[in-house]
Amino acid sequence: MTKKKHILDIIAENRFLHILLSILLGFLVGAIFLVVMGLSVGAAYGRLISSVTSLKGFSYVIVYSIPYIVVGLSVAFSFKTGVFNIGAEGQFVVGSMAACCVSILCANVPKPLLIPMCFLAAMLAGAVWGVIVGFLKTKWGINEVLSMIMFNWIAFYLSNFIAGLPAIKSEGTAEATKNVSVNASTLLSKDLINRLGLAPTANWGILVAIAMTVLVWFVIEKTTLGYELKAVGSNKFAAEYGGISVNRSILTALAISGALAGLGGALQLMGMGTRISIFSSQEGFGFAGIVVALIGCSNPFGVLVAGIFYGALMYGGSKLNLEGVPTQLISVIVGTVVFFIAISIIFENLKRIRARAARNAEAAAIKKAEGQKEDKKK
Amino acid sequence: MTNFVNSLGIILFATLVYATPLLYGALGSCFSEVSGVVNIGIEGMMTAGAFTGTVVAYFTGNPWIGFICGGLAGAFFGMLHAIATVKLGADQTIAGTAINMLGPGIVIMLAKVLFNSTDTIPLTASQKIPKLFAGLFDTTTVFGRFMDNVFANYASTYLVFVAVVIVWFVFYKTRFGLRLRACGEHPQACETLGIDVIKMRFLCVCISGFLAGLGGACVTMTISTQFRPISIVGQGFIAIAAVIFGKFRPHGALLGCLLFGFCSGLKVVLGGSSGINMHLVSMIPYVVTVLALILFVGKSRVPAASGKPYIKAK
Repeated sequence: MTKKKHILDIIAENRFLHILLSILLGFLVGAIFLVVMGLSVGAAYGRLISSVTSLKGFSYVIVYSIPYIVVGLSVAFSFKTGVFNIGAEGQFVVGSMAACCVSILCANVPKPLLIPMCFLAAMLAGAVWGVIVGFLKTKWGINEVLSMIMFNWIAFYLSNFIAGLPAIKSEGTAEATKNVSVNASTLLSKDLINRLGLAPTANWGILVAIAMTVLVWFVIEKTTLGYELKAVGSNKFAAEYGGISVNRSILTALAISGALAGLGGALQLMGMGTRISIFSSQEGFGFAGIVVALIGCSNPFGVLVAGIFYGALMYGGSKLNLEGVPTQLISVIVGTVVFFIAISIIFENLKRIRARAARNAEAAAIKKAEGQKEDKKK
Repeated sequence: MTNFVNSLGIILFATLVYATPLLYGALGSCFSEVSGVVNIGIEGMMTAGAFTGTVVAYFTGNPWIGFICGGLAGAFFGMLHAIATVKLGADQTIAGTAINMLGPGIVIMLAKVLFNSTDTIPLTASQKIPKLFAGLFDTTTVFGRFMDNVFANYASTYLVFVAVVIVWFVFYKTRFGLRLRACGEHPQACETLGIDVIKMRFLCVCISGFLAGLGGACVTMTISTQFRPISIVGQGFIAIAAVIFGKFRPHGALLGCLLFGFCSGLKVVLGGSSGINMHLVSMIPYVVTVLALILFVGKSRVPAASGKPYIKAK
């Protein structure tokens, strides 16, 4: 007997629909705020859309989205393997600084060699930052959320310290590092940028981001390593019983996650940034990565799309003040989206409740029928 | 000797100044975590409290109304978190992340509407939370100056120490506290004993927001007199860290906050006088926390049911 699917069941089963619905609600709540503040919804959202749909605008969006995608992948990978990488911020910072140092100290190494060197240095630094936390957890049982928060700040001040070292510090009065060597820049050629009318910071980092997306998907879905890490993520006791070393898995997962976040730092620096300034507050790339991973449902391809979406909101949001609209509108919209994604679980719960109600009704009907039989017997 | 006493006085003063907001946040985090709800939204709730406290104090001229309203603003976001996680069974980490975006987003937007700037207008001395025992000590003597630094402190600081005692008492000496802890360890068992787990957790997350809001308010209403977007930069997360450090006990969290505050105080004194690099000095609190964890604290046991949404069986 095939029953027609109830509309609620269809909604419950489709994660993509949840996300879409959440995004719509996010913009709706944003619109309510705009109306309350007495600002024009049309003007604000019109500016948001028009600023990201031109070719130049879209190239900005892509440039913005590169670090978000890669850090998002880092966090998504950690979610899949059962660790919550709230430390992506610190891994991003040390990765960025490692790439910066390599590019400054080896400025004359030719481009085809220097760029991979920078990437490797960044990934290594990020991985080390992740593994330290993993080591504290596996060796002494120290809660990883706690140590990650600490290591985010240690990375922050370490970066500031390195930026002030004589070999790295800029020669001028600027509170920043020297500029990254041109040999380490991932920017497209000036000629190409001008001819196509792209953003001046247009770079080919997006190709790396896409490659990483495919690679992360491959590792998670198609390799034994990914299988083991996922097994530990979903039930570490069962995994251990099945012969997987939980401790080694945690270390591996954090190393890979950290390497990705570190790479994000390098891509951001070598593409969009030219140098690292002394920070006064955390940059928030790690936090953005968490949001992107959540919107992307921790699925690598979802993260790719979510990263571009987030980049679009960030770039479009930076143009909002032209309409007299506070940039923080974007935080409100994104916050609302994440909030609704969190509670979209009610659809799944509703489905369960409906299924149970159906089962109960069925049971009641059987009972009733049996009761009638007994009555007849009497 | 004089120098040492002076420095010690400054360090202790800074310790209390840094530790106070952390402690409010940490007590809030305790309530939520112990009842079984992970609340990483403390940061967002503190930001909301920081803004609301300053603005209300500015418009009413009364710091205490501002302080309480700061708490209520935190409680509002606590309620949002509770609706999502306790009532609707949402993932607690995701909902907390949303709170951390919504809190600062909304209040900074409001600041722009009200003041046409992301900063609020600085409070005058009478709008700030008052200092207790100010002028009681003779600051011309070394000892007097030391006492003045340590004891002539903001009322909110004294209040938070009282709060620690109260929370400790509630947790370990009352029926409510026993039930609250049971909700975080084994909600199913609670339900069979007739305790309404949903109601308990809902209440605890709201209290958590209220305390975090107070913590935010005392950042912007004591040492600093205005709300700026950088008023709350990571204190909420440090508060959570202090709670994990203190093994989810209010008196443990107190120790964590004081340690962190003390290292920050050390940073102030060392950074000012010696030739040690400022950035390395700034790292001390975080490094010391990690070292203390390795050497003294060790494994922190999370409440058994923490992080798991509780869905009634029927």
